[in-house]
Amino acid sequence: MATGGDLLPPLAPVARITLWHTMLRIRRFEETVERLFLAGELPGFVHLCIGQEATAAGACAALRIDDYITSTHRGHGHTLAKGADPARMMAELFGKATGVCRGRGGSMHIADFSVGMLGANGIVAGGLGLAAGAAMSIKLRGTAQVALAFFGDGAANRGPFHESLNWAAVYRLPVIFLCEHNQYASTTSARSLTAVEDIADRAVAYAIPSVVVDGNDAEAVYEATRVAVERARSGEGPSLVECKTYRLRGHYVGDPTTYRDREELERWRARDPLLLLEYRLLQEDPTRAEELQRLRAAVEAELEAAVAFARTSPLPEAASALEYAFIG
Amino acid sequence: MDTIGAERELTYAEATREAMQEEMRRDPTVWLLGEDIALQGGIFGQFQHLPQEFGFERVVDTPISEAAIVAAAVGAALTGTRPVVDIHFADFLTCAMDEVINQAAKISLMFGGQARLPLVIRAPSGMVRSAAAQHSQSPEAWFVHTPGLKVVAPSTPADAKGLLQAAIRDDGPVIYFEHKALYTLRGPVPTADVEPIPIGRAAVRRKGRDVTIISYSRTVHDAMAAAEALQSAHAIGAEVIDLRSLWPWDSETVLRSVRKTHRVLIAHEAPRVGGFGGEVAATLVEEAFDYLDAPIVRLGAPHTPIPFSPPLEQQVRVTAAQIVAAVRAMG
Repeated sequence: MATGGDLLPPLAPVARITLWHTMLRIRRFEETVERLFLAGELPGFVHLCIGQEATAAGACAALRIDDYITSTHRGHGHTLAKGADPARMMAELFGKATGVCRGRGGSMHIADFSVGMLGANGIVAGGLGLAAGAAMSIKLRGTAQVALAFFGDGAANRGPFHESLNWAAVYRLPVIFLCEHNQYASTTSARSLTAVEDIADRAVAYAIPSVVVDGNDAEAVYEATRVAVERARSGEGPSLVECKTYRLRGHYVGDPTTYRDREELERWRARDPLLLLEYRLLQEDPTRAEELQRLRAAVEAELEAAVAFARTSPLPEAASALEYAFIG
Repeated sequence: MDTIGAERELTYAEATREAMQEEMRRDPTVWLLGEDIALQGGIFGQFQHLPQEFGFERVVDTPISEAAIVAAAVGAALTGTRPVVDIHFADFLTCAMDEVINQAAKISLMFGGQARLPLVIRAPSGMVRSAAAQHSQSPEAWFVHTPGLKVVAPSTPADAKGLLQAAIRDDGPVIYFEHKALYTLRGPVPTADVEPIPIGRAAVRRKGRDVTIISYSRTVHDAMAAAEALQSAHAIGAEVIDLRSLWPWDSETVLRSVRKTHRVLIAHEAPRVGGFGGEVAATLVEEAFDYLDAPIVRLGAPHTPIPFSPPLEQQVRVTAAQIVAAVRAMG
């Protein structure tokens, strides 16, 4: 499978600016969450996707609002990129009754069904089978939707990854498996405990076309995902898109990251996905600086409002702890 | 007693098939998936003829991938369909435990009620014909212990149909335990115009004044045989309650009976240790202590995996004779 660069028209400038804007919204959301967590304002624990914004933004830009995604324990970026309201997301992280999951899920179980976001997942590889099932439902109902599962390099070592790929292939499901290879499974380098360099190699075993792209290049992620989405929508079955990226923060907020060296971090920092696209946009047309500046201000205003909403929202009534435990 | 809408008889396996057939006719989003169900008709014949009527899109043969089967069913249930999963043997639920426990059971709460999850997992359980340790287990207590799941275990063909229909129409995940030894059992089964049996309602199978025998699934039939023997040989009137649903369970019907009989025996095929009988006994002690004239007796399998050889298998199964002896020993 090609990256799609030859098959698709180049992204219009406005769409590229939107990609950058989405990445900035994710970056600033995550930086804000980090600050709030360290200040003791957020319960639980959080996993940040700083450094991986291009995969969320690029992949979701290739989807429609009624398409489905499933996500990982590092799912804020995916949720935002799919179109969730940052204020209700922030309220969820605060454990507030106004949160998108009414304070029942928190960071690791954030979901917004109204935009096709079927949930982050605290279980590594938990989302792949769910996306395959959503794709089966799409086929049964005869709609033109697709489902996309984000997963990490660590998930590729769990059984459900293998079962889901075979499953999607034999039923030719409209599903995209999007691997965010961020180099670390929790605190362990992928290189040390994964037998292959590219997760995409494993797709061969399931007769699924795959591609490896620069996961810090939002446009490349978008293009590869778009080819996979077209395949899925036209009934040609599943694809695997592997995005090589890097987790610029630790596994969780507070992780001392003693397992990696500074040089590696600096190397990836120099390839920051936001800077990459910003550089490209400005090099082509320096007058865009004003537009980007305006968007920066808009992002800050949106976040400020989100935090204010979360802070001032009520906590759930303690007596409602059992609500939603059972359906019906 | 149950309303029986017609005189015709079906086997337990046929009754489950009729339930699926009727539900698939009334709702095009109902579909079935599992190993060997479409071309083979299910290893116990419970899916025969369904692909001919509904097609292979709605009766789906799957790979031996229990984790993917349940995960896919969860994903499909979240997005507007009503999947009915067949797990070959209840023992194999262990291969999909994460999908059942961490996904299906928790999704409603985790997502703050955003999700409907109309999912049925059919799980053939119990001992039959020396199926040995990995094909004989009665693991229902694990699932009762997991908040978010409903658990049913019908004992008759009529209940097999009615509870499967109720499970399919339920908007949440239901684990449906069907005992393998019951598949060939024949009994009256209501026709299509009868309402499904509500989940959470027990059935009083036999009236009696002297002792309440509480059971579910196959062991109900041992309890009934014991009750007949107690009556004819010892003039002891046993009331037999078939719980049918384990979560939610009908404590009201049980309490009403116990307040009348003052003696309780609970019998199930699952191990006694940590079995559902413990939950029933504890509830009765909490709610009806003053009505009890004797200690509650629990019968269940001893704490062992199920052995293979016929006399060994028979040794760990709760029988009518054991129930009779235990009731007589209550004094």
